[in-house]
Amino acid sequence: MSFKIIVIGTSLGGLSALKNILVNLPLDFLTPIAIVQHRHKDSDRTLQALLQEHTSLPIREVEDKQEILPGQIYLAPPDYHLLVEPGYFALSTDEPVSFARPSIDVLFESAADIYREQVIGVILTGANQDGTQGLKKVQAHKGITIVQEPATAESSIMPKAAIAAVAVDWIVSLSEIAPLLVNLCDYIRK
Amino acid sequence: MDLPKSSLEDIEIQLLLEGVYQYYGYDFRNYALSSLKRRIHSFVRLEGLTNISALQERLLHHRPCLDRFLLNLTVNVTSMFRDPSFYIAFRQQVIPLLRTYPFIRIWHAGCSTGEEVYSMAILLQEEKLYHRCRIYATDTNERVLQNAKNGIFSLKLMQEYTQLYLRAGGQKSFSEYYTAAYDNAIFRASLRDNVIFAQHNLASDSSFNEFNVILCRNVLIYFNPTLQKRVHTLFYNSLCTFGILGLGRQESIRFTPCENHYEEIAQGEKLYRRLN
Repeated sequence: MSFKIIVIGTSLGGLSALKNILVNLPLDFLTPIAIVQHRHKDSDRTLQALLQEHTSLPIREVEDKQEILPGQIYLAPPDYHLLVEPGYFALSTDEPVSFARPSIDVLFESAADIYREQVIGVILTGANQDGTQGLKKVQAHKGITIVQEPATAESSIMPKAAIAAVAVDWIVSLSEIAPLLVNLCDYIRK
Repeated sequence: MDLPKSSLEDIEIQLLLEGVYQYYGYDFRNYALSSLKRRIHSFVRLEGLTNISALQERLLHHRPCLDRFLLNLTVNVTSMFRDPSFYIAFRQQVIPLLRTYPFIRIWHAGCSTGEEVYSMAILLQEEKLYHRCRIYATDTNERVLQNAKNGIFSLKLMQEYTQLYLRAGGQKSFSEYYTAAYDNAIFRASLRDNVIFAQHNLASDSSFNEFNVILCRNVLIYFNPTLQKRVHTLFYNSLCTFGILGLGRQESIRFTPCENHYEEIAQGEKLYRRLN
């Protein structure tokens, strides 16, 4: 068994947290990563460009029905929910969930629904409650749950909310997240 | 060998959709399951039920529940001049092509409550082409279409729409297009002069004309690849040669069998021209 997807959710303070993770991932990191970073609905492609500076793994803003491929990093587009289907992504413009579109809960819940125990869910810094329900579902399907140690988060509300609601597998500092992902995925690969 | 396990919930959804299709003829079987599931769950909660099987019972035995269900499943979030850069590209790249036709047929498929239909009508009036156009605005849902026909939207939204209108290259004062009454903005009836509102279901109905432009924005994202393929074939067959197809910002023909039948005409905007 191997992991089919890593889903990462973050809000306030997410940009620098994501940079930290991406820069520490090896170039041969194969497990696909899907990211929801809350942002304004009129955002342009700046986030993608800023993140791309920190990794050679290709980062793309998802288009509807895009295939989920190894070694790729996918970003939820502004003002759309990002959902996982078997082998590809789908988008939706449904009402915001927890005031957010894209919503972390929506991504996590759909990923857990499709890939069950083969999902790793990661909650990073943020100033709201989005992601908690999603992480709960990842755990209910026996996926791996990881939360950034609140003390190392620019905004600790989101990690704290997740920890309060879910018996999380790993609570680690920001700098430990990338090595942990590598370990989990490498271990499974061998 | 273990058979791939369907969850009970997946089986319930399958039975529900099959029942709705066989009994009422509404076909949601090829909708994208991930977002459909969320909507069904929220509808189950809204109806005060505990599971999807209970919803099936109510749906099949109580017709009013079906109407609520359809509304819940198909209402999309829409706005006027959504993605202003799309309208700019339309003005710059498509309008000059349309000027060469004596008469222009436009199909707005999945128009929902009509915000984008009024946006296009405004654009065409400003480009002095509207009198030569006929816009066919279709949606599966009758109630939603009635809203579109009325052209009455919340006044609260007008500030945001004015901004989008200006960013979309609007040439006038946006308030010229509507009359404010109580909490509503009532759009000028002249914008509807050449619009035909009609019920059409992309999942089951066929083509009904040949068009110079087909607009279908943020509708196909709700379909699975099988249904997307059907609809793309329908659109292709409904467009004249060199006809224009406009999709939503994050939609693409790249993952469909029609990919090679179109060329992109505006970098980064989802405007395509049928080639052959």
